[in-house]
Parts: sequence; C-alpha cells; structure tokens
Amino acid sequence: MSAKTITADEPVQFYDLDEHAHPEGHSTMLGFWIYLMSDCLIFAILFACYAVLGGSYAAGPAPKDLFDLKLIALNTAMLLFSSITYGFAVLQMQQGKVKGVQLWLAITGLFGLAFLGIELYEFHHLIEIGATPQRSAFLSSFFTLVGTHGLHVTFGIVWLVTLMVQLSKYGLIAANKRRVMCLSMFWHFLDVVWIGVFTFVYLMGVLR
Amino acid sequence: MSADPHAVHEIEMPHASMRDYVVGFVLSVILTAIPFWLVMAMPLSAGATGAIIMGFAVVQIVVHMVFFLHMTPKAEGGWSLTSLIFTVIVVAIMLAGSLWVMHHLNTNMMPMPHEPTSQTTSQIP
Repeated sequence: MSAKTITADEPVQFYDLDEHAHPEGHSTMLGFWIYLMSDCLIFAILFACYAVLGGSYAAGPAPKDLFDLKLIALNTAMLLFSSITYGFAVLQMQQGKVKGVQLWLAITGLFGLAFLGIELYEFHHLIEIGATPQRSAFLSSFFTLVGTHGLHVTFGIVWLVTLMVQLSKYGLIAANKRRVMCLSMFWHFLDVVWIGVFTFVYLMGVLR
Repeated sequence: MSADPHAVHEIEMPHASMRDYVVGFVLSVILTAIPFWLVMAMPLSAGATGAIIMGFAVVQIVVHMVFFLHMTPKAEGGWSLTSLIFTVIVVAIMLAGSLWVMHHLNTNMMPMPHEPTSQTTSQIP
C-alpha cells in the first residue's frame, strides 16, 4: 500500500508506459536454442522410426553386413575435430580477431566437407551393392535418419560460407557476433545428434 | 536484468574459454574411442557392450552440452535449461511410447511365412 494520496491534478499511472530499451537481437540466442529443441524433436521422431523399423530387413542385408566401423570412426573424428575448430573460431571472436575467426571457420568448413564426403561415399557404396532405401524398412529408416543429419550438415556449411562472406564485408559487428554464436550452437548440436547416430545406428546395429 | 530498465545493455553471450573446449574435446575423444573399441574388439558380451555404449553416449551428450554448448542453469535466465528439460521429457515419452506400442503390435502380429526362425524361437519359453 502506498502512503501517497492521489490528488486530482496529478495523472494516475498504474503501469509503466515507457518502452524499455531492448538491444537488437537480445532474444535471438534463446529463440535459436528453442529452434534447436524443435529440431531435436524431428531427430527424435526419426530415431523412434529407426528403433521400430531397424530390425525389419525383409530378408535383405543387416547392419552387420553393411556398416564399416572404421569408416564411421573416421567420420566421427571429422565431426569432432570440426567442433573444436569452431570453438577456436569463437575464442578468436572474443579476442576481436576477424582474420582468426575466418581461418578457423574455413578449417571447420573443410572438416564438415570431409564428413559429408565420407558419408556420400558410404551411401554411394551402399546403393551400389543394392542396399537402397527401397530394399527394406531398416534401410528406409536408416537413410532417412542419417540423410537428414547429413542435410543439416550441408546447410550448416552453406551458412558457414555465408557467414564468412558477411564477416569479410562487415567485420565483427554485433550482428555478426550473434550469427557466429548461433551457428556455433547449430554446429555443436549436430555433433550431439551424431553421438546418437553413431551409437544407436552404427555401433548398436553391428551388435545386433 | 539490471536495476535500471532504461539502460542499454549488451547482448548476453556465453563466455567460452580455451580450457572448456580442450577439456570437452579430450573427454569426447575418450568417450568416443572406448565405445568404438568395445564394439570392434568385442572383449565383452553383446548385451553388456550395448548397455555400456549407451551409457557412454549419454555421458558424451552431457559433456557436449556443458563444454561446447555452454549450458548452465543460469543461461538466458534459466529458460535454455527449462526448454531443454521440456524437450528431453517429450522425447523420452515419445521414444519409450513408440517402442512400447510397436513392440506390442509386433508380438500380436500373425506369424509371417518368410521369417520362420524368429517365430519358432519366440514360441519356445
């Protein structure tokens, strides 16, 4: 209770009409995180599909006949390296070194491309020996899950290249810093999804 | 939030450090190498290996969240963690529910002629 009495000549104000200053993009990081959570649901659905259909071979090849774990280990290493090199790009950004950011982003992109190249090689090999998505429910769900992850990496690389162009044009302005942090979340999130893929699809598949 | 609502504040960004990334990377390498070795060399039974690699995956996901995604209970005033917990609950319900329902449907299916081995083995108690 306010002890102040309301007088007739003073306008009564019960709420704050003034707009508070919100810097541009102040909610971008949280919004992007919530987008990633929705992306997480997409992957969860695809994982559930694979969990349900992964044992239906239709008398076709099983994971044991198809997966080459050495190749998958190499692929995992590529993605893990790209994660730490992105980390180095963020550290360079905190020190305000635009050239360093560009360099580490480029290295991250190369590791991403290596990952994609190995994945495409694997898919090409599978399709060539007749293990196409049409062959069995297991292969349909496998290609959908791993392919969706691969598409995410592809678009991550497109974003990365776009960001490098913007960095070279405008430097480390606030908007670009925000973009670097958003792509950082996206990139590390894809690595988190890949942990699920290599454990649940490849390693558990070979065990089955 | 600062006391003065009119103050122009900088956008909050998680502060990353070299230590975080290196620790996260080393832990990730260990947590990736062990499951791959367990499956490729097979020193244990398939069941035990499966349980262990699933455990390693969960730990590695937490490591990535903490060291690479800078997840803390205080990030974005707690909203990041809240949305993460919500998502994890939804995902857990959906994964467990799908597997449960589909497992029941599978066991109620008529025996299929081209898969005689799995049917006969499941009949024997």
